[in-house]
Amino acid sequence: MDPAATGVTVAGTGADPAKTTMFPEEFLKRTFSLINSDKDRNSVSLVCKDWYNVERMSRRHVSIRNCYSVSPEIVTARFPAIRSVTLKGKPRFSDFNLVPDDWGADVQPWLNVFATAYPFLEELRLKRMAVSDESLEFLALNFDDFKALSMLSCEGFSTLGLEAIATHCKNLTELDIQENGIDDLGGDWLSYFPENLTSLEVLNFSTLTSEVSFDALESLVSRCKSLRVLKVNRKINLEQLGKLLVLAPQLIELGTGTFLEELVSGSVNGLENAFSKCGNLVTLSSFWDATLLHLPVVYPVCGNLTFLNLSYANIGPDELEQILGRSKRLVRLWVVDTVGDKGLEAVGSHCPLLEELRVFPVDPFDQQLGVTDSGLVAVSKGCPKLHYILYFCQRMTNAAVITVAQNCPNFTHFRLCIMNPSEPDYLTNEPMDEAFGAIVKTCTKLERLSVSGLLTDLAFEYIGKYAKNLETLSVAFAGDSDLGMEYVMRGCPKLKRVEIRDCPFGDSALLSGLTQYESMRSLWMSDCNVTMDGCKKLAEEMSRLNVEVIKDEGGDDRLANKVYVYRTVAGPRKDAPPFVVTL
Amino acid sequence: MSSETSTVTSEQPPSTADTELTLRLPGESQKSETKPTKRRFSDLTDLKLGGNNESDTECSVVTRSTPAKERVVGWPPVRSHRKNMMKKDCKYVKVAVDGAPYLRKVDLELYSGYQQLLCGFEHLFSCFTIRNVLNERKLMDPVNGMEYVPTYEDKEGDWMLVGDVPWMMFVESCKRIRLMKNSEAVNGSVLTRRDFGRWASKIGSWKLLV
Repeated sequence: MDPAATGVTVAGTGADPAKTTMFPEEFLKRTFSLINSDKDRNSVSLVCKDWYNVERMSRRHVSIRNCYSVSPEIVTARFPAIRSVTLKGKPRFSDFNLVPDDWGADVQPWLNVFATAYPFLEELRLKRMAVSDESLEFLALNFDDFKALSMLSCEGFSTLGLEAIATHCKNLTELDIQENGIDDLGGDWLSYFPENLTSLEVLNFSTLTSEVSFDALESLVSRCKSLRVLKVNRKINLEQLGKLLVLAPQLIELGTGTFLEELVSGSVNGLENAFSKCGNLVTLSSFWDATLLHLPVVYPVCGNLTFLNLSYANIGPDELEQILGRSKRLVRLWVVDTVGDKGLEAVGSHCPLLEELRVFPVDPFDQQLGVTDSGLVAVSKGCPKLHYILYFCQRMTNAAVITVAQNCPNFTHFRLCIMNPSEPDYLTNEPMDEAFGAIVKTCTKLERLSVSGLLTDLAFEYIGKYAKNLETLSVAFAGDSDLGMEYVMRGCPKLKRVEIRDCPFGDSALLSGLTQYESMRSLWMSDCNVTMDGCKKLAEEMSRLNVEVIKDEGGDDRLANKVYVYRTVAGPRKDAPPFVVTL
Repeated sequence: MSSETSTVTSEQPPSTADTELTLRLPGESQKSETKPTKRRFSDLTDLKLGGNNESDTECSVVTRSTPAKERVVGWPPVRSHRKNMMKKDCKYVKVAVDGAPYLRKVDLELYSGYQQLLCGFEHLFSCFTIRNVLNERKLMDPVNGMEYVPTYEDKEGDWMLVGDVPWMMFVESCKRIRLMKNSEAVNGSVLTRRDFGRWASKIGSWKLLV
């Protein structure tokens, strides 16, 4: 279409500054204020200088997915009006103890800058950051409008930090503490919420281990009429849960406490009744110690559930069937492998709308069978909408995965963990290459892939050839030679995050990704065959990458045992501990 | 065999050949060399039992640092938080020592084998004479000359000698533990240091084969 013919001046032609845009700034501002997606905003900012400026002045939320890719000063300089920050720190493999303590990702330097630049900060969402009690107190004291704090997989703080938040954040709407390395000192932090705090909408302390004052909790729930998410910890029993439900029938998401106690029948009825009044509940989680004895109390709400998280409930197939038979609307389901293949058959039978399934191992080191290939196939048969799977199993076959790919061609996330490293197809004894080959060939929308089992370079050739939309790749104990990694680095144009451990990929493989790394978020390689020389070479060629080697105690000085490569505009880390060497 | 001087420690076992940790069940034959040479999982599992890193005490720290099964750091990729949450509630059992004024409690889930358990006793009862029993140089307590044998009450109410059944079975069935004066434990006859040593090393070597 010829822009001249339509009479429209295309913004961004750049030729004549006098007529760069037909749109007044106010118009742009208003339009952009409706755009919330980071991705869209990033695109908008690339159009032209004017759009860049209007966009940056109006952006309210920023997501920094690698805290070392940029400095707080750069962020605050570009975006002066931020109210909400998402900040992610350590490489994902730190969740599995592959990153030493004190590696970094301290939130305090960010808070220091935000205190001046964003005094009106309202939301902070942290993932894999190091957070101290002092930082939490600093946050609570320096941001008067602070509303929402969410911490996932963070560590370094204790319940003392939570006390500070509860005490000082007068407008708190959200406190979401998930799966953190928290020092639970008990101490009754919940009681620090002042009597006049009524704004809470989200309260999640399910992963704290110590008791909280039930009276304080009850009072809090009672006065916070807008509470929509409540996830209590294991110390809260069923009877107490019932009391809370009566006070908050408006809940949308509930995390139960323990199901351990035996209730008298009157209490059971009361509890069932309480559940039946919760017409808005769509998410249920926790279910610690649940058995068929008291599971039925949740039956009244099963019909509305879209997300059921049973990943802390070691229930068997029969219990699962009972629940699933009543939960026809399930979209997301998380279970433990104690449900077995039989339980997964029940999933296939009862959950036609299922889109996401995660099966966790009850004991990663126990050789008991758990779930196998047949369970996975059963789910794929009954759940054609499935697009997200996380599956821990002891054994798998190529044939099963090929069938699964055919049944569910829409996978966006395929994370298969055969728990014994380098385990072949248990029927044919062959590598699992064809399994993952089938997945990448058939599932053209695949964004995330975790591979496992015995894999040769062929598997990676398939990935490089077919997985054109792949963004995240996790590899462990796989491959034959550098070629494997080279196939992937050369073949997958949309890679963002690659994490590799214990594979025979060396310097040649590392360097094959040269052109990719700047468009990627990060690369992690540990216990591979990469040397310091290889890393130095990479660092020399690519100046806008940080090539960091985490030195192990002892070990060969020429080997680079743990390498973390990421793009950055902030230069080398200034806070690197002695064992992190930037090349 | 150095059972005379062997004690309940986590030092290197005397003979490594048939006690070397491998990836297979005892009795299975060696896997053939058909797999391509590359970084293999089995390379990572040449774990030294306990090892010479612990210089201060003879017993390693009471954790799962020397596992009964081969374990690789961070594999399978389950967050430690989730692993901790999914463990059954701790298996706490009372431990009584004959002659001691009060009992202790231990969480059997914290130990990965008999060796660690006995080391745990040494730590727990360091103020008592039991320490000397487990000390490699003395099995006799100089104060009252007593030797102790670990016994336990199982789910059926029977008193059993600790160490006979596989570790996980023991954890499942143990209700409480009693460190018995050996004069009671073995038909009135005193277990010699050699007997105790043999018994202790039997537990140790069993663990190696699993």
